[in-house]
Amino acid sequence: MSDKHHIIPVWFFVGLLLLTYGALIVASGIAEWQNPPPTVLANLHAPVWWGSLMVVLGGGYIIAFRPRRSS
Amino acid sequence: MNFALATLVPQRLVRLSSVDLAIIAIYFIAVLCIGFYLKRFAQSGEDFFLAGREMTAWVAGLSFLSANLGSLELLGWAGSSYQYGILAAHWYWIGAIPAMLFLGIVMMPFYYISKTHSVPGYLQLRYGKAASGLSAVSFGFMTILMSGVNMFAMAKVMQVVLGWNIHFSIWVSSLTVGIYVASGGLFSAIFNEVLQFFLIWFGALLIPILGLIEAGGWNGLVARIQHNFPGQNFTHAWSTLGHFEDNPMGMHWTGIVFGLGAVISMGYWTTDFLVVQRVLAAKDLRSAKMAPIIGSFFKMAVPLIVILPGLIGLAVLPEKLVPESALQPGQHSYNDVLPLMLARYCGPGLMGLGVTALVAGFMAGMAGNVSAFATVWTYDIYRPFIRKTAPDRHYVSMGRWCTIIGLFISIGTAYLAMGFASIMDYVQALFSFFIAPLFGTVLLGMLWKRATPLGGFLGLLAGTLTAIGIFASMKIDHNLVAVFALSPMAKGLTQDMYQALWSCSVCVLVTVFVSLATTPKPLAELTGLVYGVTPIPKEENVPLLQKPIFWAGVALVLFVILQIVFW
Repeated sequence: MSDKHHIIPVWFFVGLLLLTYGALIVASGIAEWQNPPPTVLANLHAPVWWGSLMVVLGGGYIIAFRPRRSS
Repeated sequence: MNFALATLVPQRLVRLSSVDLAIIAIYFIAVLCIGFYLKRFAQSGEDFFLAGREMTAWVAGLSFLSANLGSLELLGWAGSSYQYGILAAHWYWIGAIPAMLFLGIVMMPFYYISKTHSVPGYLQLRYGKAASGLSAVSFGFMTILMSGVNMFAMAKVMQVVLGWNIHFSIWVSSLTVGIYVASGGLFSAIFNEVLQFFLIWFGALLIPILGLIEAGGWNGLVARIQHNFPGQNFTHAWSTLGHFEDNPMGMHWTGIVFGLGAVISMGYWTTDFLVVQRVLAAKDLRSAKMAPIIGSFFKMAVPLIVILPGLIGLAVLPEKLVPESALQPGQHSYNDVLPLMLARYCGPGLMGLGVTALVAGFMAGMAGNVSAFATVWTYDIYRPFIRKTAPDRHYVSMGRWCTIIGLFISIGTAYLAMGFASIMDYVQALFSFFIAPLFGTVLLGMLWKRATPLGGFLGLLAGTLTAIGIFASMKIDHNLVAVFALSPMAKGLTQDMYQALWSCSVCVLVTVFVSLATTPKPLAELTGLVYGVTPIPKEENVPLLQKPIFWAGVALVLFVILQIVFW
């Protein structure tokens, strides 16, 4: 996508957003571990594993599509 | 899209924590920063209006899909699935997949090889200024009205779901969209649509996952629905379509197959410039052909996050949701089902992500409308009819101003809709019916050398007038529903199907008859525009896994399997 203009790939921005959001959601899930919110199936601690998935995917995108200096 | 959302009673469905608000704020900051970053790359007309024609198949494909994956779509169709069951999935399957594959395999070569910048632009090359001008004016006018009514509907939803002030929602979202689209043009719109794609999936996919766990899997879900709604069939897509009265939609399979599958979806996915513009931004013909095919795979999966939550709502919600027209204080409507499911399963953090996905969907839809409007106004109205020769930078400047002006017109329309909620239904209906005859005009133009400029123009005009006439006459005299939609049982969506079928048929007939009576264009002028006189690059030496036709075949097989599984 960036051949002509050397634009940072959109996937890098996707990765940044997923990583940031994932980290916030995991932190929120850990903070409420002992006192989960009154949602259905709160005992499954969805924020922790869902947020972790976002962190892993976001991190992967950031590494794979990080801006590189053009030679 | 279900504009009944706009009539929701003021009643906050969810409450946001500080982490939720932080997630929403980060989204706004991110899109503005990306818009400013992309401004430096959107300097020429091709950059601003067509994102430099350098998008990969994946970026163009996800953007193509996301342009149609707005929040009103999600909320409205989730509500429809609660109301009609899995019948609503037809709008994602037969109402999209064949058309997307047809666009990729059959139509894209002509759009792409002709190097047109828009669908009216193609009509200008093929039929001349008259057909192009008619199409551009109707598209531009309706797009900007749609943007406004969407904006109002969004603000209304935000008021109901989150308790936000309606003016705050309209102005903050519009100014944000205005800044980033005027900065980066189609680059910004496409980047935002790709971000929105990920946000929507991550924000909404937990609902079906946790919902199926709660309901005891698919079999448990079906059993619970049958227990809650005995005697009603919500989980079969085709077996109840034999008679109008056998299903809650009042639908017949002919309406789904011929009205939705053959006309409305073909018209929308192959000629609505809002979505086609994304594919025109692809970097080469193969990417342009692959983009809608990639989009089709994800489109098939969208019912997971739209239709399934509605079905889960039927199974697990303790209360019965009601139509907007029967809403009483303390009750919730069908359209509330997605926010209710979000509140049921998502606590702090995940709730913010879900709400951000909705906000992103609204804003991406708005960005799509204004970027398409700016292109059609600048290239198909301003340049051919007002100022024919000007430097490229003049047209880019016009595009930026047009984005801002378009947004202000949209805001005006939003306030108009606030005063006259019923105009939303009319705008929605008319927009979809401009598209049906356009499909006939474009398809004949691409596949029939004999179609003439006068035939194309008069066919498009006749088809459009037919659509408006049928729509108006059914509104005025309900008895005419039985004439045009073949049954007095036909309801709104069914009427839409048959209206589209009639208008497209009239367009084709008029185009054919007028063309046969007038002089065709010389073949030399049709090169690159019409089947039979356009050399299309062969792909004999390309590996099988890189051939668009192979992946189109895979998508088609998956589509058929889904129909059989949910028959």
